[in-house]
Amino acid sequence: MLEAITDHYNYWLVIFLLMAGLFVTMTSGNLVKKIVGLNVFQTAVFLFYISVGKLEGGTAPILTGEPEQFSNPLPHVLILTAIVVGVATTALGLALVVRIRETYGSIEEARLQEADRQDELRAAAEQGR
Amino acid sequence: MAPDMVTVIDLVLLALLCATAIAIILVRQLFAVAMLTGAFSMLSAGLLVTLDAVDVAFTEAAVGAGVSTVLLLGTLALTQRRSEETRRRGTAPALLAVILTGCALVYATTDMPGFGDPGAPGFRHVVPEYISGSETDIGVPNIVTSVLASYRGYDTLGEVAVIFTAGIGVLLLLGRRREDEIQDEARRSDSGGEG
Amino acid sequence: MRHHLVLRVVSKLLIPFMLLFALYVQFHGDFGPGGGFQAGVIFAAAFILYALVFGIDHAREVLPERVLRYLVPAGLALYTLTGFAGIVLGGKYLDYDVLGSTPTAGQHLGILLVEFGVGVTVSAVMVTVFFAYAGRTRDVDEEDW
Repeated sequence: MLEAITDHYNYWLVIFLLMAGLFVTMTSGNLVKKIVGLNVFQTAVFLFYISVGKLEGGTAPILTGEPEQFSNPLPHVLILTAIVVGVATTALGLALVVRIRETYGSIEEARLQEADRQDELRAAAEQGR
Repeated sequence: MAPDMVTVIDLVLLALLCATAIAIILVRQLFAVAMLTGAFSMLSAGLLVTLDAVDVAFTEAAVGAGVSTVLLLGTLALTQRRSEETRRRGTAPALLAVILTGCALVYATTDMPGFGDPGAPGFRHVVPEYISGSETDIGVPNIVTSVLASYRGYDTLGEVAVIFTAGIGVLLLLGRRREDEIQDEARRSDSGGEG
Repeated sequence: MRHHLVLRVVSKLLIPFMLLFALYVQFHGDFGPGGGFQAGVIFAAAFILYALVFGIDHAREVLPERVLRYLVPAGLALYTLTGFAGIVLGGKYLDYDVLGSTPTAGQHLGILLVEFGVGVTVSAVMVTVFFAYAGRTRDVDEEDW
C-alpha cells in the first residue's frame, strides 16, 4: 500500500490539477476564465508527460562526457513544442473572445445565449409578419 | 524509501500548484485570475526542473509566466475585469463528473510503472538509440535539441506550422479593421452614441 | 506608462541584455538548455517589454508590421527549404547528413538552420499577436484597474 503511494503520488496530484482545470472549464460562465481553465488542464497534461519520463537518479538529458543515467528526452521534446503551440492557440482563443465581446458586448455565457435567443425570436417575428 | 530533498521540493511545489488551482476556481476578479495563472506557470516551471526537464522548464517560464500573462491582461483590457456572479447552474453535476473522471484516472495509474521506475517501457524503445546516437551520429550534447531538430524533425515542422497558422488566425481576427468598420465607428462617435 | 521613470530606465538597461540572451539561447541550444522555441519567446518578450513601457507606436517604429508580416512565414520557409535541400543533395527530406562534408557537420548545419527558422517564426508570431491585441481600442479605462 505504502509502495503504491510512493510510486504514484506524483501522478495523483497531477490528476487533481487536471480535474481542477476541467472543473473551471465546465462551470465558469466567463469565457476568459474558461480559457484559463483549459490552460490549467493543458499544463497538468504537460506535467503528467514529464512525470512519466522521469528516471529515479537520472539527470537532465545533456551529455557531459561522463557516463550518466538520463531522464527520457522524448517527452521533453514533445512538451517543449506543445507549450509554444499552446500559447499560440490560447492567443487565438482570446482573440475570438475579444471579437465576441465586440459583437455581443459581453463575455458571459449566459448573456450570449440570451442575446442569441432574442435574435432568434426577432427573426421569427419578422418572418411571421 | 526515505524522503530525500528532491522529493520534498517536489511535494511542496505540487501542493502549491494545487492551492493555486483551487484559488483559480474560487476567484472572480479576472485580474487576479491572470496573475494566478502566471504563478501557476512559474511553479510548474520549478517542478519541471526537479523532474529533469530543464528545456521544458525554460520554455514554460518564458511562455507561461511571460507572454501568456501579457496576452491575458491584453484581453482583459479589451473586455472586462470581473467575472459576473452568474447563477452556477450545473456545479453539482460538474463536480460529480470531475470526481468520477479523477477516480477513474487514479485507478488507471495503478497499472502504470512507478514514478521514476527505470524498467518503464518508455526507456526501452527508441530512447536508448536517441541517447547514444546524439553523441555518435549527431554530435550535439543536448539530446533534447538533437531529437527535436533531427530525429523528430517532421514533428517540429508540424508544430511550427501550427504556430504560424495560429498567428495568421489572430491577425485575421484582430489585425486590421475593415474599412466599413472604421467608418462605422467614426460615424458613431460623431453622433455621440456608444463608441 | 510614460510617467514611470524607474521602469523606463531599468527596462532600457535590460532590453539589450534580453536580446543578447535570446541570441545566446538560440545559438547555444545545441550544448545547453535552449533552442529556437525559447529564444523566439525571449526575443519577443524583449519587444513586448519595450512596447509596454515606451508605447506601442515606438515599438512599431523599431519593428514595423510590414517587416513582421514577412518574418512570420520566413522562419517556416527556412525550415521547409532546409528539408528540401536534403532532397536536392541526394538525401531524404529533413535528412541533414548530406548538407555538410561529413554527416556530423551536416547535422550541425541542419540543426542550426532549422532552429533558426523556428526562432524567427516563433518570435515574429508572438510580437504580431501582441501588436494585434495592443492595436485595439480599449474598453477599460486605466483608472479602473
